[in-house]
Amino acid sequence: MKRTIFNGQLLPWLLLAPQLAVTLVFFIWPAFQAIRQSFLREDAFGINSQFVGLANFRALLDSAQYLNSLKVTAVFAVSVTVLSMGVALILAVAVDRMLKSQRPYTTLLVWPYAVAPAVAGILWYFIFNPTVGILPYMLDIIGYDWNHNTDKSDAMILVVIASAWKQISYNFLFFVAGLQAIPASLREAAAIDGAGPVRRFFDITFPLLSPTTFFLLVVNIVYAMFETFAVIDSTTEGGPAQATNIMVYKVYFDGFIGQNMGSSAAQSVVLMLIVISLTVIQFRYVEKRVEY
Amino acid sequence: MIENRPGLNILAHVTLILGVVVVAMPVWVAFVASTHTATDFSSGTIPMWPGPHLIENYRAMLDTGLSTSGTPPVGRMMVNSMIMALSIAIGKICISMLSAFAIVYFRFPFRGLAFWCIFITLMLPVEVRIVPSFQVVADLGLLNSYAGLSLPLIASATATFLFRQVFLTIPDELTEAARIDGAGPMKFFRDILLPLSRTNMAALFVILFIYGWNQYLWPLLITTDSQYYTIVAGIKRMADVVDGLPKWHLVMATAIMAMLPPVAVVIGMQRLFVKGLVETEK
Repeated sequence: MKRTIFNGQLLPWLLLAPQLAVTLVFFIWPAFQAIRQSFLREDAFGINSQFVGLANFRALLDSAQYLNSLKVTAVFAVSVTVLSMGVALILAVAVDRMLKSQRPYTTLLVWPYAVAPAVAGILWYFIFNPTVGILPYMLDIIGYDWNHNTDKSDAMILVVIASAWKQISYNFLFFVAGLQAIPASLREAAAIDGAGPVRRFFDITFPLLSPTTFFLLVVNIVYAMFETFAVIDSTTEGGPAQATNIMVYKVYFDGFIGQNMGSSAAQSVVLMLIVISLTVIQFRYVEKRVEY
Repeated sequence: MIENRPGLNILAHVTLILGVVVVAMPVWVAFVASTHTATDFSSGTIPMWPGPHLIENYRAMLDTGLSTSGTPPVGRMMVNSMIMALSIAIGKICISMLSAFAIVYFRFPFRGLAFWCIFITLMLPVEVRIVPSFQVVADLGLLNSYAGLSLPLIASATATFLFRQVFLTIPDELTEAARIDGAGPMKFFRDILLPLSRTNMAALFVILFIYGWNQYLWPLLITTDSQYYTIVAGIKRMADVVDGLPKWHLVMATAIMAMLPPVAVVIGMQRLFVKGLVETEK
């Protein structure tokens, strides 16, 4: 809180005006519309609509496709989070041992952050392409017939790898920062007491890293749920047979291609509730952030 | 490093080299593919080393593009992406600084409400309000325009919070001194706050430029005129050519060009990038 402030009633509103205008027109108004539409049912021509209460939400819960989408989203989000955080942690622990080569290794590992999710999707789509891709060619040698266009789990593996690959760099940077914040004296003391490197990692490093881990957990779940739209759209488009139809993709598909406004709006509202709870978790955690 | 264990050092190096190879592999494969011709793929053996068609393929994409996919030349799409990324980054920084200034340095009625309005945008990513946002932009006649591409994305709670944080650390004595010398609020903003938050602006710019360049869903929705396609959204249209296989060597050349500017920014401004990344997550 500032002690010294400027006087004026009009000026602050003028300063806030651009931000508030954009927020109201492009954020709050559409969100309000989504909530309103989620309680309405439109006729086939989109001319008349009537209030139907919670019918759209009830229809969602009865829809096998929607329940499948929930399950797919959960599997996808957990896999992306575990894979990208696991790989990043291993790399961060390795780089933490380095004295001189820390910077070059970091440079070589962080750049995928800048690659667009859509481009990451295209790259892996090409590598896994059943006819021209390099990995199906290698998998064929060991007798595995890869085809993400027909096989559900192949498709899921493809989108998980493409999404996790892009996120490793982000997790890596935060893990390295977290590791460097742990005082060396603690690990030195444990070493003097005879604890080996593995023991030290599990008894000292990993527990002290838990604020970073928890923070990354939330960020990665948000990433996997909301920012991977482009990965899905540039590779599997939700298929085959709904196997990779995550919730965000389904909202888009039902609203734009299926033109089912009521259902799409109800799905938007569910997603909003999820974002709100994740944001609350993140902010409550940040306030209580433990500094070692 | 706690103790000297050569075995562990070797293991760490091996892990890191393996990590770097795995991380770089997709881009290497794409780069190799972009230097060959279409026939090199249909022969059945996948090339592992760059071929001789690098300049030819990239020039063809930059100048003419893949006309069968209905996309304009890559050069055009890169210009569009650049305009969009720069407007988003600069726009966000400008309006966020102004609103942070208002919130930190003024007391006015409904200040809390204004703050919450901005805060709430954090909870409303484009992905959850796709259809109504599209309707708003359509009603305003902003489809197929640079304003439509950037304006709806320039509200930013994160940037506002960041500048709020920065302004709160600026000592009150500076403000008092400025007031005693007769400086009004806007003069104080221009001569004191702006210069003091230069590095924060630069760090934020790096993050926001990448954010803007990599936008996918929004440009995909609101551009139907190919003259406004951005490269990240256009690349998918090339990859799903309806008849026959996509021309992978050309699609991969486009992918490499699509990632070049943001990757160059991250590598070239690594320190600012890390600073920006850490600050925006506070």
